[in-house]
Amino acid sequence: MRQASKIAKRLAEAALLILAVIVFNFMLVHLAPGDVVDALSSGAFGDASEEVNARLREQLKLDEPVLVQLCAYIGNVLQGDFGYSPVAKAPVMDLILPRVAPTLLLAISSLAFAVVLGVAIGTYAARRPESGFSHSLTVFSLIGFAMPVFWTGLLLLIVFGVWLQWLPISGMVNLRLPRDATLIERALDVGHHLILPTVSLGVIFLASFSRLARASMLEVLQSDYVRTARAKGLPERTVLYKHALRNGLIPIVTILGMEFGVLLSGAILVETVFAWPGLGRLAFTSVLTRDTSVLLAILTLVSVTVILANALTDIVYRLIDPRLRVPEAT
Amino acid sequence: MSVEREGVEREVVAGAPGVFRAAVDVRERDAAPGRAALGMFLRNRAAVAGAIMMIVILLVSYALPPFVTADKNDFVGGRHTPPLTEGAPLFGTDYLGRDIGLIVMHGGSTTLEVAGFAAVLIVFVGALVGAIAGYHGGWVDKVLMKFTEFFQILPGLLFALVVVALFGASTLTIVLAIGIIAWPPVARQTRSEFMKQKSLEYVKAARAIGASDTRIILSTILPNALPVLIVQITLAMGTAILFEAGLSFLGLGDADSLSWGYYVGLNRQYFLVNWWGVTLPGLMVFLTVLSLSLIGDGIQDAVNPKLRGR
Repeated sequence: MRQASKIAKRLAEAALLILAVIVFNFMLVHLAPGDVVDALSSGAFGDASEEVNARLREQLKLDEPVLVQLCAYIGNVLQGDFGYSPVAKAPVMDLILPRVAPTLLLAISSLAFAVVLGVAIGTYAARRPESGFSHSLTVFSLIGFAMPVFWTGLLLLIVFGVWLQWLPISGMVNLRLPRDATLIERALDVGHHLILPTVSLGVIFLASFSRLARASMLEVLQSDYVRTARAKGLPERTVLYKHALRNGLIPIVTILGMEFGVLLSGAILVETVFAWPGLGRLAFTSVLTRDTSVLLAILTLVSVTVILANALTDIVYRLIDPRLRVPEAT
Repeated sequence: MSVEREGVEREVVAGAPGVFRAAVDVRERDAAPGRAALGMFLRNRAAVAGAIMMIVILLVSYALPPFVTADKNDFVGGRHTPPLTEGAPLFGTDYLGRDIGLIVMHGGSTTLEVAGFAAVLIVFVGALVGAIAGYHGGWVDKVLMKFTEFFQILPGLLFALVVVALFGASTLTIVLAIGIIAWPPVARQTRSEFMKQKSLEYVKAARAIGASDTRIILSTILPNALPVLIVQITLAMGTAILFEAGLSFLGLGDADSLSWGYYVGLNRQYFLVNWWGVTLPGLMVFLTVLSLSLIGDGIQDAVNPKLRGR
């Protein structure tokens, strides 16, 4: 029962954070110079008259007190309504929804790439802690941190897309694919386009994950239960992958939730470089057209996703790891 | 992990001989740890390489430009001339026929200044919040850490993008935007350092003689937390440079000063025919951040040898 109330408390915290994000974002727009009406009424043929502007503000309820506007905004956002984009002339949600799946696909494949390869590298290094390879991991991770993600993307693009011509240089699907292509062919096509963006985005985390995996595996491999497992004659493979790895992975699982924000930030740059039709590319085009309503909606949605991802990691963690349950029983 | 525990043990053990030495010669006690740390830093090959790299970058960005009379906006040759071409600029020309090397040389100061100001802001806010939270503990700590968590959750680059789009792309807004999103890690580090230090005897002694909280934070603990903060400053500079590069790559930068990131963004359209246009300015961002990280890592190892290799 205690467990349930802990989880409820964690969810309540998440809900409060989400509310704080929405209020903060609203205040941001409110503090910025100019409003939607300014954007709507200024055009190539001169600005609209003050009278028209005033009527527009009245219609959009922009003349109401700030608090009333804030409450209306919170209500709308909670119902999934992010308003109307005066630039794209469409409801903001209609612009955003088709972009969610490509970004999620990119985010998940990048994380998977970084976790799998990072853990493999980290484990390999932890088994040979004094080797040159293990020592060079530190420098390797500094290099990974220092590479600007858009630059990595462009270099990969030039080498594998332009010089070697192994991989496509932009977009998510091949437009020349025949209309009667099977589902498998279509999936393979998307996968083909996914490789370079995944590597560029995954590299940000690869270095830090492998360093983390190495440190954590080093500690686990020295623990008593691993010695016991070895002593009772289990093959090294079983000790490593069945016993040690399970605990060695815990630190990486914990930071996954935290890294989600960094991941989605990086996605803006990667999607821009590879013309990947996701939220990041939408954010970039919205910057060019000064479409703040769309930008704000993306910011809010991504923040909420990060908060939920964090809460979820915490909860899953509590459910999996018995050590987090014991102190409450006493 | 046992990092924290080891740190405390080291402090306690190191405190004992320090007392005796203090009685012998105060000046020697003050100078020796600094000199020892410098010695360790200089023996660290990676750190020295980073420091040399940084000096070269600073010289190219600040000492060289006054001696170069050529205007970076002049068209000096054909468009898209590859580097090392006879009779053309060493680093090639861009899509307008401008000298890429010249533009990159002038772009450094913009990037470095934005990042420098942002780093000062990051460390100031982070150290302030972290010091107060770590020193006071209790509900003050809880509230401040919730506050920190809130800013840590905001997706960095996206938030900066919104701020700059809303308030205009001036140096001030870019610095502020980077400052707002990048301070939480510094606050966390400072907090844990202050929590560690405040239970040590010299702090208790300061409290016993009636020093005020402000005084203890600023003149008793802060000097001892300085090594941690210096490492954080180098990291913050690196983060700030990457953010500035990302923002200006997306076109949210000063169009006149052509920072490295902005220039990569401009040359991006022509990457099919002109690979060197995006390579050189991006390489400068990479080398600058790398040199800062190497220096930071070197300082970290020098002031806290136990953490080496982690």
